[in-house]
This record gives sequence, C-alpha cells and structure tokens, in this order.
Amino acid sequence: MAKPEIAARARHRDDVGPAESAEQREVALTLRVNAREHPLRLDPRTTLLDCLRETLALTGTKKGCDHGQCGACTVHVNGKRVNSCLTLAVMHEGDEITTIEGVGQPGALHPVQAAFVEHDAYQCGYCTSGQIMSAVALLGEPCGPNDADVRESMSGNICRCGAYPNIVAAIQQARGKP
Amino acid sequence: MQSFKFHRVEDALSAIAAGAKSGTRFVAGGTTLLDLMKLNVERPAQVIDISRLPLDKIAPLGDGGLKIGATVRNSALANHPIVQRDYAVLSQALLAGASGQLRNMATTGGNLLQRTRCMYFRDTAMPCNKREPGTGCSAIGGANRTLAILGTSEHCIATNPSDMNVAMAALEATIHVRGINGERSIPIADFHLLPGNTPERETVLEPGDLITHVTLPPPLPASRSFYLKLRDRASYEFALASAAVVVRVAEGRIAHVRIALGGVGTKPWRSTEAEALLAGEPAAEAVFRRAADAALSGAKPQSQNGFKLELARRCLVHALKQATETA
Repeated sequence: MAKPEIAARARHRDDVGPAESAEQREVALTLRVNAREHPLRLDPRTTLLDCLRETLALTGTKKGCDHGQCGACTVHVNGKRVNSCLTLAVMHEGDEITTIEGVGQPGALHPVQAAFVEHDAYQCGYCTSGQIMSAVALLGEPCGPNDADVRESMSGNICRCGAYPNIVAAIQQARGKP
Repeated sequence: MQSFKFHRVEDALSAIAAGAKSGTRFVAGGTTLLDLMKLNVERPAQVIDISRLPLDKIAPLGDGGLKIGATVRNSALANHPIVQRDYAVLSQALLAGASGQLRNMATTGGNLLQRTRCMYFRDTAMPCNKREPGTGCSAIGGANRTLAILGTSEHCIATNPSDMNVAMAALEATIHVRGINGERSIPIADFHLLPGNTPERETVLEPGDLITHVTLPPPLPASRSFYLKLRDRASYEFALASAAVVVRVAEGRIAHVRIALGGVGTKPWRSTEAEALLAGEPAAEAVFRRAADAALSGAKPQSQNGFKLELARRCLVHALKQATETA
C-alpha cells in the first residue's frame, strides 16, 4: 500500500512550484460575519466552520460530523443556508455570513428561536443552532405547507435526541401554519 | 488535510492555465472536494476557486433549449421556473438529492464530477483501484450492497452517485468545456467513462479543462418527464435505484422516450435498449416490464446487491407508469 501512495503523491504534487511553509501559504482576507468586518490571515485549509469557532470565537455554530452529513454547522452565506464544514473560509471574502449569534439575542429572539423554546424543540441542544439556522432560511425557500414538506426540507439537520416532532411543530408555528 | 496553495480566479483563462498544472483542483461548491480532502482521498497541491467566474446564469437559448452555467447552484437550478416547467425530471432529480444546505452549495459542473460513495474509495486504509490504481478492488466480494450492477469491470464496481446526472442523461444534455486547446462540446453519453482497466479516469476531461456550461435541447412538445428515486431513507440518502424518463405518448402509443437509470451504474446509465423496445409500442405495464428487463439484461450483480436487479426494474416500470398516466 505504501508504494502506490507515495507515487500518487509525487504525481499529484510535482508541477505547482516550490514547496512553501504554511505561513507562506496563508491568505489575507476580510470576512464579514454578523455585519462585522474581521481582517484575518488564514491557512487556506481552514473551513468556514473552524474559522468561526476557533478564530472568531463564535462557538454557537457546532461541529458534528465535519462532512456535511449532520447539519450542526449550518450558517447563512448571503442569506442561503450552507454547511460551514464543507467550505473554505478563504472562499468567502465579500460574502455576508450570518451565524446563530447574528439571528437573535436574549430578550429579542427571532420568531423561530421563540417557537423552539415554546415547543421544547430540543433535548441536548447540540444540533439546535444548526436546526434554527436551517429553519430561518427555510422561511424564505419554496416549501409546501404540510409537516411532510418541513420534514423533507429539514432532512439535512440530524437530531440524535429525536426531537423532530417538536422541531416540526416549532417551525410550522414560525411559518404561521396550523 | 494536506497543505495546498489557494488562488481565487476571476476569469476562465486564468482558471484553465492554473488547472493545466498537475495536482490542481478547481473548487466551486466544495461539497465533494472538501469532504474527500478531509479524508486524504483528494490531496491537491493547488486549489483554484472558480466560484466567482461569471458562469452562474440560466438563460433560454434561441433554439428553445436552455443554457445552464457551470456554477449555477443545484437549488437555483431545481427551482428555476423554466426548469420546473420544461424539464421537470431535472428539478425532481436535483430536489431528490442531498439536503437543502448542500443544494445551496453544490454546482452544476461539480455535480457532473461528483465522486463515488463507495466506502473503500473513501477509506485510504483499504485497497481501491480508483483511488490508487493497481491496489485491487475491495468492494468485489466486500461490502457492495449499494454498488453498481451495470457497467462494472473486474477492477471497479463503484456507483456514480449523482441524481442530476441521471436526469441530464435522459434529457440528452451537452457539456461545454473550455481547455488549453479551445472549446468543445461533449454529449453527456460520452462524458463519463466506464471503469474498465482505468477506474481512476471517470470522465473525458483533461487537465485544465473547465466546464463552462451545460445545454439542454428544446423540450419535446407534449412530452412528460419524471424522476423516481428509491433509497433506504425517505430523504437525504443516495439512490439504491432511480429512473429518469422523458416520454411522449400519442394515441396510446409511445412516440418518443428517453430512459436513464441511477444508483445501479458505474456511470449515469442511459438505456437505449429499453428505449428501442418501447418505441411505437402501447403505453402499457406489460410493455414497460419488457423494457425494464431489457434495461437490466446486461446487469452483473455482486455478492450483496442482487436485489437491485428487481428494484431497478420496478423503479423503471413505476416511473414509466407515472409519466404516461399523467400524459
């Protein structure tokens, strides 16, 4: 196994110029998160998720699977929900990024947040910020009126506690559906 | 994840020049590439961000067809009014794939190049001819329940995972590419390669080639289309079998039909055998069943995925019934 792997690496990495240190490969950029500008220098490997949590200390966004399968890392980029674990921070200069910290505040909750509280739409809470970011975006997406439509639209957000019935009820209330 | 150089490009020529260097990957949505880079399956030396290229438009063509830019996001394509009206099978296929978040990221060009979900391809501890040519195929005789039964070789049985590609195959899309030697157009039937002896080669693209857009032919008047996807979960899961059909029925007989299968092939599986059998025949279940038998006649099941034969047949029959009942 080792031999073909080494050969493949050599084949992949021979043509793009001399090796550089990690510092030399850093990229300077400004990220706009929750309407605040952040001048940064980042290793290009940094995902948007890791940048938010580790560099900007916005820890409301959670890391679950880190492979786009669970939705815990959901944030908005230019108003659209995305998995922040599957995108590089350096790809987002000029974008408007919104995290759970930018959605509501204690005492001034977003209607989706208030509905989650009212319907007890969580148990451990780890998936909740991703659920709420997804649900807030859902309000502006084409989505049918029924519970089944909400379940389909929210299928990218996994809740291991199984709070799904209450999550659907909370979202339907926020959408003004009975 | 291995270290890499990162550049954002603003024009296609810069992207092509950079892409021609070995070890370079373009990134737009990132949903496949970043996932595989974290697993060390993809180890690019250089990543070129093409997401800002002006390739994000959907526009009607003079001939009645549709031009779809390579960086159009799956959600934008699925919800576009022309796509929903004239190419329903494409909208349905896109909305059957991935999640709301991933569809907001994944692009048209990227989806054409989506890599297989074969677990051995994704695990660098295991032999895999697609990832490391010559090491062997762990899936043959291994965990192959989700893998392909059509177009396989003794070197690879990995399934093409895309839903969009199946609809594009039934719609006879053309893929437009710009490379170091200029522009060319590739019918989707010729775009993906069978694994054969070289499973590491999945498409006809060469280093530096940039998919700029996809075109769809004009919709056939009075035709209907439908995408049916069967999977282990009701949502957010890859197909075990899927079928895309485009069909026109005139006076009870099939005047035109295009068929492609997903979840069962090593590439998006257009079935001209089934199409030939259906042409001119009555739109009846017994005929659909014969067409489904023809579509699967060359299938080679593995140790765990023999069920896909009948699943794919029934999937196609049901899709044809749906598409013709509403016609």
